Amino acid sequence: MNEQVFIAGKGIVSAIGNNVAECLDALQNERAGMGTMHYLDSVHRQRLPVAEVKLNNDDLAKLAGLPNIKSRTALLSLVAAKEALADAGIEDLKDLRTGFISATSVGGMDKTENFFTEFLSDNSKGKLRDVVNHECGSVTELVADALGIKDYITTINTACSSSANAIFLGARLIRNNIIDVVVAGGADSMTRFTLNGFNTLMIVDEQFCQPFDENRRGLNLGEGAGYIVLVSERVAATLKNKPSMVLSGYCNANDAYHQTASSPDGIGSYLAMSGALKKAGLKPEDIDYINLHGTGTQNNDIAEGTAIKRLFEPHYPKMSSTKAFTGHTLGACGGIEAAFSILALQHGIIFPNLRLQTPMVDLPFVPERELVRNAELKHVLSNSFGFGGNCSSLIFSKL
Amino acid sequence: MFIVDLLKTIIMYIRATGNISPQRTFGHQPLVEVVAYTGNRLACIEPDYKDFIDPKQIRRMSRIIRMGVAAAIECLQEAGVKVPDAIVTGTAYGCLEDTNTFLSKMVEFKEELLTPTAFIQSTHNTIGAQIGLLLQCNNYNNAFVHRGFSFESALLDGMMLLKENDATNVLVGAIDEITNTSHTILNRLGLYKQGSVSNLDIYKTKTKGTIAGEGAAFFLLAAEPSATDYAKLDGLHTFYKPEGSAAIEKQISSFLEGQNLSISDIDLVITGKNGDASSDEIYDELSRTVFSNKETINYKYLCGEYPTAASFAMWLAAATIKAGKLPPALGPAVSPDKKINRILIYNHHQGIHHSLSLLSAC
Amino acid sequence: MSDLKSQIIAQLNLQDTKPEDIGDDQPLFVDGLGLDSIDALELIVLLQQQYKIKLSNAEDGPKVFKTVRTMAEYIKAHQAQNA
Repeated sequence: MNEQVFIAGKGIVSAIGNNVAECLDALQNERAGMGTMHYLDSVHRQRLPVAEVKLNNDDLAKLAGLPNIKSRTALLSLVAAKEALADAGIEDLKDLRTGFISATSVGGMDKTENFFTEFLSDNSKGKLRDVVNHECGSVTELVADALGIKDYITTINTACSSSANAIFLGARLIRNNIIDVVVAGGADSMTRFTLNGFNTLMIVDEQFCQPFDENRRGLNLGEGAGYIVLVSERVAATLKNKPSMVLSGYCNANDAYHQTASSPDGIGSYLAMSGALKKAGLKPEDIDYINLHGTGTQNNDIAEGTAIKRLFEPHYPKMSSTKAFTGHTLGACGGIEAAFSILALQHGIIFPNLRLQTPMVDLPFVPERELVRNAELKHVLSNSFGFGGNCSSLIFSKL
Repeated sequence: MFIVDLLKTIIMYIRATGNISPQRTFGHQPLVEVVAYTGNRLACIEPDYKDFIDPKQIRRMSRIIRMGVAAAIECLQEAGVKVPDAIVTGTAYGCLEDTNTFLSKMVEFKEELLTPTAFIQSTHNTIGAQIGLLLQCNNYNNAFVHRGFSFESALLDGMMLLKENDATNVLVGAIDEITNTSHTILNRLGLYKQGSVSNLDIYKTKTKGTIAGEGAAFFLLAAEPSATDYAKLDGLHTFYKPEGSAAIEKQISSFLEGQNLSISDIDLVITGKNGDASSDEIYDELSRTVFSNKETINYKYLCGEYPTAASFAMWLAAATIKAGKLPPALGPAVSPDKKINRILIYNHHQGIHHSLSLLSAC
Repeated sequence: MSDLKSQIIAQLNLQDTKPEDIGDDQPLFVDGLGLDSIDALELIVLLQQQYKIKLSNAEDGPKVFKTVRTMAEYIKAHQAQNA
């Protein structure tokens, strides 16, 4: 029950790179991924910068090995999941109980919203094949089938904390001896539905976002996919590349304050972070780096910052929000940022919190504005907080 | 192939239930009469939500959220629990009405002058989140959205929390709705019977299509027994895209073996037969093999077919074990003197998602 | 203001509330009608849809939407500007 759960592989596709190596290079060289909308068709194209994956569906499909008619969410998901599995280098996967846990807030909505345009004028119109994979779970199965995984498959949608929840569900399934290997994380593609949805909440920035800046204006919507491969102790021992990093802590708590806004003192965030520390058997001062949720909205950053102040005072670890690079990738952010956190641990790097000009006056700490190399990192905390008060925190540790 | 073993080391009790369905299942009255429907769409019989939810909050809740909240509250009230240690929900389609509203407006107004309410209520986790918000519950809150496994995934998550001692009780629920739009689309996909079919007759002829259903069913699971538990949840197993009936039969016998049981130990089998000829083939075959000479009843004529319909079956099984016999409306499948102590549920959704669960008397 | 009250009721789906139930000077947010930040966003859209007035800064919301009267005065002032 308390056995270690090892991280054997990771895969990412985001606005800053189509694989882990490209993303790492961008993170180290301050190359952010937001810009003018290019692939999505929306009336807000000129006004709202977004962080799109720099591949159209044809090229994504080639990379994924799926037909182009499939949802962009599925294509992104498969690209990253395949990379993660390959990275893990597990030889006899067929002999192991394997699971795929994916998270998405969008599902196949990118196709559905096109269907709706015709359907609304005449409900006998619209291509049915555009809605057949609308469900979140359908997108997951397209990928599970392509990966050949069938022992355990499920999908989680808790808005922006989705893929963090997927990851630690995977760990618990391993600890409960239900599966041996799990590919866990999430994917979301850019859709008019989500872009307009966030726009109605007036939390979208018309410029490039500035997380944890006193004058922040909101978030930039992003897209992408991030997965990690978790394995049991027994499987880890058989791998050539002996994994040395584990998921040591996790917690899911709820703000229970408002459907979309975080409570001013960030109670949900506080409970998630402290719960993760408790699960890991760690104290706040043991954390070397926090990958912040840091969306750049007025509300999230002060709530998260206040919770951090309350929990970590006076030993504030170094921290940064990588959403200044990738935008807010919604259902994928937990997975992408888990992979970033693991990269940080692996390479001893702390990524910069880009475009932070004026530190927040209410907080007694400032995220790292420059890249930090040769950092002694043993424990990294990653936060993912979402609508519905869903707050999740993960802790990755180097053994 | 895997079997959920964790139940071998922990006993799980179904302490309370709450169920809104196309039958009169809400309010804990025994089912005395089966409500008949004509056509391929069954609709839930809903309570007056003002009895459960503050009108100030109802205004922002679409139908599916009200259904989920009311069923959850009924379950918690029965359990005498104010705030559960965890809330885990499963929904395949999510909040369709709000999704439809936002999408339609987005198309109609070409992305201008849109309002946030429908968008924020459209995310799949809204039902569980609203329950958490109403109860001021800061504890674990998760939402599964995986088609015909949504309910079972939620159950497994809840069961693991109890096993891990991270919760002493867990509120687990499954909710799915039909909207005009979703029904139109699913009908176009050829899922349903056409013409004026009665839900009471769906097993009488071998024709294509089933009937659509919906529902919100909640359970309070606990690791400690109480005086008023419905049943024990002894086993849960899911399998995906099995290849052929032999593979399915093997799953069923392995599941029972894993429980140190044989089919003779089962008093009643509840199956997910839904009236669609090809979908029902496996159930008919099983009635000749593994389930031959076994008392078997179907449940989807009561609630219709939908991805989380197995939650209705679980409610029915729990209620039956608590009473020791089937509800009056369903008639005696077993001989009247024989008490029903152990029920096996086997269900599949579109031949893709298969689940087995075992309930027994406390 | 009676028309405005009807529009508010419709936009915010305030079932069981009639225009007569909302006082001209009754606080709309926190106390009084108990509206929240999402309602404020809805009212911003209402201003635009019904009165063609754009409230670009969401933070002005609490001032403008304090009561029905303050809303009505804001609309009158800005409609005069637009005309």
